Amino acid sequence: MKKNVGTNLIALVVGVLFVFGVCGAGIAADPIKIGVAGPHSGDLASYGIPTTRAAELVAAEVNAKGGILGRKIELLIEDDVCKPEIATNTATKLLSAKADVVVGHICSGATKAALGIYKDSKIICMSPSATNPGLTQSGDYPNFYRTIASDDAQAKLDVEFALNTLKLKKIAVIHDKGDYGKGFAEFAKKFLEESGKAEVVLYEGITPGAMDYSAIVQKIKRSKAEAVIYGGYHPEASKIVTQMRKKKMKTAFISDDGVKDDTFIKVAGEFAEGVYASGPKDTSANPLSISAVEAHKTKYKEDHGAFYINAYSAMLALVNAIEKAGSTDYEALSKALKTELVETPIGKIRFDDRGDAIGAGFSVYQVQKGKYVELK
Amino acid sequence: MDWEYFFELLLGGLTRGSIYALIALGYTMVYGIIQLINFAHGEIYMIGAFTGLIVISVLSLLGLNQIAIIFIAAMVAVIYSTAYGYTVEKIAYKPLRNAPRLSALISAIGMSLFLYNYVLLAQTSDFLPFPNLIPEFEFMEPYSHIFSSNELVIILVTAMVMILLTLLIKFTKIGKAMRATAQDKEMAMLVGVDVNRVISATFIIGSATAALGGILIASHIGQINYFIGFIAGIKAFVAAVLGGIGSIPGAVLGSLVLGWTESFATGYISSDYEDVFAFIFLVLILIFRPAGILGRTDTEKV
Repeated sequence: MKKNVGTNLIALVVGVLFVFGVCGAGIAADPIKIGVAGPHSGDLASYGIPTTRAAELVAAEVNAKGGILGRKIELLIEDDVCKPEIATNTATKLLSAKADVVVGHICSGATKAALGIYKDSKIICMSPSATNPGLTQSGDYPNFYRTIASDDAQAKLDVEFALNTLKLKKIAVIHDKGDYGKGFAEFAKKFLEESGKAEVVLYEGITPGAMDYSAIVQKIKRSKAEAVIYGGYHPEASKIVTQMRKKKMKTAFISDDGVKDDTFIKVAGEFAEGVYASGPKDTSANPLSISAVEAHKTKYKEDHGAFYINAYSAMLALVNAIEKAGSTDYEALSKALKTELVETPIGKIRFDDRGDAIGAGFSVYQVQKGKYVELK
Repeated sequence: MDWEYFFELLLGGLTRGSIYALIALGYTMVYGIIQLINFAHGEIYMIGAFTGLIVISVLSLLGLNQIAIIFIAAMVAVIYSTAYGYTVEKIAYKPLRNAPRLSALISAIGMSLFLYNYVLLAQTSDFLPFPNLIPEFEFMEPYSHIFSSNELVIILVTAMVMILLTLLIKFTKIGKAMRATAQDKEMAMLVGVDVNRVISATFIIGSATAALGGILIASHIGQINYFIGFIAGIKAFVAAVLGGIGSIPGAVLGSLVLGWTESFATGYISSDYEDVFAFIFLVLILIFRPAGILGRTDTEKV
């Protein structure tokens, strides 16, 4: 009995190998499977859903034109709730569904957890939003690409803005202890100290989801900081800003693109006025971006939300690379991503050796009359 | 020593403690009567806040004045939440009253998961802004940079609720019945106490305080989402254990101690370890007083 199982197994493996061999030779009818992973439920769903919609719109457009290399795009959409421990399951699910490439994940922590799994199976993963510097700079993940600049680029911009434009001397750096927020805060602190122009009067982490932040707000007040640079997401940022303003503090609040989300303005309301946050450059003048935004408006009758443009660009970059490479083969695809320039809503981009998009960048925004306005 | 800073932290901790206390009171009452840790209590608080927000949004459209809105919203939220509390008890706990205590505990955890997923699906996963209901009192204006009217109201309401509950339990007929049920359920039944009614009443009172807390706290913090009940519930539960679960003044004292520990640890040491300090303190107190600060080890509860 045991022996039988063994023989069957060998037969099965041989069979599977055979099928794969044939696949390599190219069965045209097979769809190209693109995994889309990110938070689609939970606190941070507003970061993940725009990416899914971007992927759906691009896929529909490409499929309407007959697909890539004669193959249709099929999307495999999986929820990771932005949690690393769930992201590994999401990745495994996508692998077993035979995803060729993956768009996502959204949060840096979840992306990092999933990347190792994709790397072992030689799957290219392109995030529209994971900005943790180590993801590209460590060199650990050659299969990783992103259509957003990394946190250190963002931290550098925010610090330069605080020092040169606002001319501040005393700054408190606060973060939410997560991969994304703390990474950003560490860079901000490093750049501030290196500049020699300003003093970091307070550097602390807070507990995300706590009921109130009055103690840390008192501490910021006592430190006499002229500005807070905050690394983290909008739920905590809106609580801190609200409590600061209720305590009549005029301290400037400068944050990252985790806060540059309309939910922040909606929740913090009048207290959001004047808050600075860096985010991807305004690309609203780019014709591709205009058509992408319109496609979303026609289909969903609402504004597109966070990272939509980056996700749209990631999809276009992947589609272009698959087309140029002539297959979804890992080596060919990597080469195409690094050498072939592609027109996307964030501009004409290609990827450097580490996987960062050349040509994508950040600018500083300020909340003015209930809207984020790009500061030139 | 910087006294102003010290007082600011003291007041911050007091507010935070009062927030915990409003929720902890419900935990401790239910535990006192039927020795059940009602994990769904945090969810009742969240439902109170959501109901409040819905009522406020509707009433604001009608253009009623602020005071009327606060009272109507609070009343509707209290009624709605007590209905939930009452139903949860009937569905999830009553059939398990004679089952091992662990079964009822699992049932409570299940109820908690059910309720927050229900709100998530029926409402939204987004954070929603919650309007500031409490107007800034004029006499508070000079102090508003350290202490807001909202915080004052939270502290006053907590104190009032605590006093009323203590009076209710000490001096009313239902309070007497509660104490009897807490001491010995079967004996109470034999002498003619309607135990089911007493237990329902406990859930109703606990849910009402949670709903009041939901509205006040949401108005102070300015935002709600479906998950607030979970975190608030855990912290309030810790506070109730710290003070001695089953004891009403204990729940308030435990909440204040927890609030101050967190506030001072953040203020003087570091907010990185806020929760760590809070729990070290909890462990220390439980080592020296296993039943909590005001908890009694004998059979008398409430």
